[in-house]
Amino acid sequence: MAVLARLSLTDAEVERLSTELEAILDYVETLEEVDTTDVRPMSHVLPLATPLREDRAAAPLDPQAAVVNAPESAGSAFVVPRVIDGEEEG
Amino acid sequence: MDYEVVIGLEVHTQLRTESKLFSPAPVSYGEEPNHSVHPVCLALPGVLPVLNGQAVELAIRAALATHCEIHPYSVFARKNYFYPDLPKGYQISQYEEPLATGGWIDIELGEGLTKRVRLTRIHMEEDAGKSIHDSEITGGHATHVDLNRAGIPLLEIVSEPDLRSPAEAAAYLRTLRSILRYVDVTDADMEKGHFRCDANISLREPGTSEFGTRTELKNLNSFRFVEEALHAEIDRQGELLDDGVAVQQATMAFDASSQRTRVLRLKEDADDYRYFPDPDLIPLQIDLADIDRVRDELPELPEDRRARFREQYALSDDEAVQLTASRASAEFFEAAVVTQGSAKPIAKWMLRDLAQVLGQLEIGIEDVVLTPDQFAALVGLVEEGRVTPKSARELLPELVERGGDPTALASERGLEAVTDSGVLEGVVDQVIADHPEDVERYRAGEGKVLNFLMGQVMRRTEGKADPGAVRDLLSRRLS
Amino acid sequence: MEASSPLPSLRGVRDLLDSGEGTSVGIVNEALERADALDEALGAFTGMRAEGALEDAAAADARRAAGRTLSPLDGVPVAIKDNMVMEGEPTSCASRILEGFVSPYTSTVVERLRSRGAVIVGRTNLDEFAMGSSTEHSCFRPTSNPWDLDRAPGGSSGGSAVAVASRIVPAALGSDTGGSIRQPASHCGVVGMKPTYGRVSRWGLVAFASSLDQIGVFTRDAGDAALLLEAIAGHDPADSTSLREPVPRFSEELTGDISDLVIGLPREYFLDEGVDPGVLAAVRDGVSVLERAGAKVREVSLPHTRFAVATYYLIATAEASSNLARYDGVRYGRRAASATDLSQMYFLSRSEGFGEEVKRRIMLGTYVLSAGYYDAYYRKAQQVRALVLDDFQKAFDECDVIATPTCPETAFRLGEKTGDPLSMYLGDIYTVSANLAGIPGISVPCGMAGGLPAGLQLLGGPLQEATLLRAADVFQRLTSHHTAVPTAI
Ligand SMILES: [Mg+2]
Ligand SMILES: [Zn+2]
Repeated sequence: MAVLARLSLTDAEVERLSTELEAILDYVETLEEVDTTDVRPMSHVLPLATPLREDRAAAPLDPQAAVVNAPESAGSAFVVPRVIDGEEEG
Repeated sequence: MDYEVVIGLEVHTQLRTESKLFSPAPVSYGEEPNHSVHPVCLALPGVLPVLNGQAVELAIRAALATHCEIHPYSVFARKNYFYPDLPKGYQISQYEEPLATGGWIDIELGEGLTKRVRLTRIHMEEDAGKSIHDSEITGGHATHVDLNRAGIPLLEIVSEPDLRSPAEAAAYLRTLRSILRYVDVTDADMEKGHFRCDANISLREPGTSEFGTRTELKNLNSFRFVEEALHAEIDRQGELLDDGVAVQQATMAFDASSQRTRVLRLKEDADDYRYFPDPDLIPLQIDLADIDRVRDELPELPEDRRARFREQYALSDDEAVQLTASRASAEFFEAAVVTQGSAKPIAKWMLRDLAQVLGQLEIGIEDVVLTPDQFAALVGLVEEGRVTPKSARELLPELVERGGDPTALASERGLEAVTDSGVLEGVVDQVIADHPEDVERYRAGEGKVLNFLMGQVMRRTEGKADPGAVRDLLSRRLS
Repeated sequence: MEASSPLPSLRGVRDLLDSGEGTSVGIVNEALERADALDEALGAFTGMRAEGALEDAAAADARRAAGRTLSPLDGVPVAIKDNMVMEGEPTSCASRILEGFVSPYTSTVVERLRSRGAVIVGRTNLDEFAMGSSTEHSCFRPTSNPWDLDRAPGGSSGGSAVAVASRIVPAALGSDTGGSIRQPASHCGVVGMKPTYGRVSRWGLVAFASSLDQIGVFTRDAGDAALLLEAIAGHDPADSTSLREPVPRFSEELTGDISDLVIGLPREYFLDEGVDPGVLAAVRDGVSVLERAGAKVREVSLPHTRFAVATYYLIATAEASSNLARYDGVRYGRRAASATDLSQMYFLSRSEGFGEEVKRRIMLGTYVLSAGYYDAYYRKAQQVRALVLDDFQKAFDECDVIATPTCPETAFRLGEKTGDPLSMYLGDIYTVSANLAGIPGISVPCGMAGGLPAGLQLLGGPLQEATLLRAADVFQRLTSHHTAVPTAI
């Protein structure tokens, strides 16, 4: 789970988190009592359809403003440690 | 052993919009890094997506053009994974409830054979950014991230595993691309990566109905690549099976220089994308009335147009296929026919001479300045014998690049055919007088000498004489 | 500690400005001075915006002098929770991972406040990324409750609640995902309101759980809440979940009459077990005030209430795990200095940047979305969510307003619950259902229990903010709990 979430945890953290998560998951098990046969899962409370935007381009962000917060940049590009060939991509 | 090849393709094509799928940033190509971004493209804290209506319209058009069933209710989901060029840490895509399912396209396999390829689904999703690994740019120890492409609308079109050879796969891609361009959904510019393909491929013994273990070939960016990569992968899988080794489910890459495929990663360590409906977007709902409107506005599809061209203009299969290969070409043809009246010469001149000029100039028919009217006028001049084919061919490149009235241009260049019979007779008599031995040989029965004499006449008239008229005149004088 | 003078309420400030007895520059200065004097003890703010605020105040004074006042908020100091962005200003979400981040764009709420002349004076403390119920999970420091500095103010909008309760500012914005406005309002003795989901734009609100997050207001009374809410509410095309319905002038709907209202008391919220008897008594007293004012009271039932907290934590953490994936050290925020390869950049930056509670929730959320668990947890929670909404729809067939305690108990001690996340989560038992159902809710001070404030929560059907504000206003006209000044400052 920590790998999927890209978190590196110390052994102590792992131990504490697993106890806590177990307690929470135990508690969450109470939902099993609820009969949800034929209940449509509700991902949203809004009785709406997603609104559509007109296809008009707005002025882009100033490229310097785009990278000003970056820990590392070169020109107007973000810089990250080298991506090794074969490192997975979606 | 010969195996049956089973191929299914996933195509990603860029929708033709001004702005991105969920962000008002402009869609651009070839800009400096991060010059076409908006807070949404950078996934800044607090930004939210709003769906581009034109992208939906184009997606509906594509679904109709490929005979899909469009769902009035579809859901955008988040596909979660980490990668530096994926700014939000998830891609917004459609997963369990896509826009459209269950269509088909017919592909031509040559010699009048067609095959129906079924489509599994069509959905909308956003593109990721670009990671730049080129060490000349990055200095070697780093990767640069450019988010200009991040958020550009893509259409993903997934076929059923109906394709049985690399050639069929290529034909499918060509046809699909042509249809999508016809209905103005995409430019599908392959160089710009607007039309990309992943291929699922497996082999099985002929006559069996179960599928073999498949591999997925990623990022095949040209028709040639697709064919080459599929051949390489068929060879690889075939060799494994011949040796009694099981094919492992894997994601593969194709290396063009070695013409070999290699494993990128095995499926057992496949990602868990944790798809779930994007809570920032409510489900997309499409009115039946809107679908009907888009259907009404849909241009004639290539397959329909092809059939009509064959009938209406009495064209050969081949001519009809070539002229309808793009909507621009088909429309140019029809507009020219309206002016000129007869279809056959227009078709010939388009497919032979105009195509040659376009090839030399490396442009498409949509880039020519020459109007269909002007083109029709030029063909008309040839038909009436007022300009020789040779002269017309000489005028064509300039007309293509600059346009203009062919009649005026021909007279400006002195390329009007020599039709004045007095002038022509004078030249013919002169040639006969200058070549007595050849005249003798002709009269002695060496028929082909006539061609030499004709050539002489043409040279002296600088090619402006109507060859038919010259031949008539010469044979009359020499008989 | 009383080195500075308390600021009046929002309408009090407006009256001073209207009468010419005060200037915006003067009042903003007082707010800044009071923050200066009190905040070392309280920790309500993550940063003040002194220079910009004084410039804005001077501009407001100039407008007023020219007879071009923009709104009742013109020149009034307001604080915003530090999870709403403003161009040129830092936004921290009280997280190390946003270290150094300065926003290049402005949230819709801040835009709206400023276009109506309100002066943003500072950013308030919160639980990191709004995840918590105590404002202890801040990378800066915990916020203290002005009624007892050893106690937590509640959370996650604890800083905003404390800033208003301590009379540093007359009004503040917060965000409410599972009770993050109403619960600290209750613990600090102020009014806190969460509007209908979609009423206020989320553009520029740093997301915790997108389908539950909603921006709302802190003020001292319902009249002020009405003024502030009508300034920030309304359709925003930049937020796909923004409602198109027109926004009433809430401040004009406070008629003082609630004789037309039926107040429903959900049986499940008034069980004697699990609730502090003092809190329950104060809430029952509050209901009888409304009854005496002419409202009818009847019992209703919300049978799925006891599943609401579990449902909430599954949905909220799932959404959060995905919303927080963008903090990767690539485009902004913290990147671990020791990261030498890509994988370390992710793992170390996120592990160093996020605090404990955030990591806990990311882990839980990642788990409930993962292959094989999705149906059992996430899908199941979405189904129960539908049933919770169903409960409310049925209840609102029988009543106009639902009254409940806001919290089962008063403010707990700092550190008391940090070791037991589950018991902290259960403190949200009365508030989370409104977020699951997307309905509006308000917490109004209704008395004291053991020397600490208790809150009466009123819930309404979708878009019924006006009704809630009218009822809360009537309640406050008849009571004086909201005028009590915190005793520890
Ligand atoms: Mg795919
Ligand atoms: Zn895709």
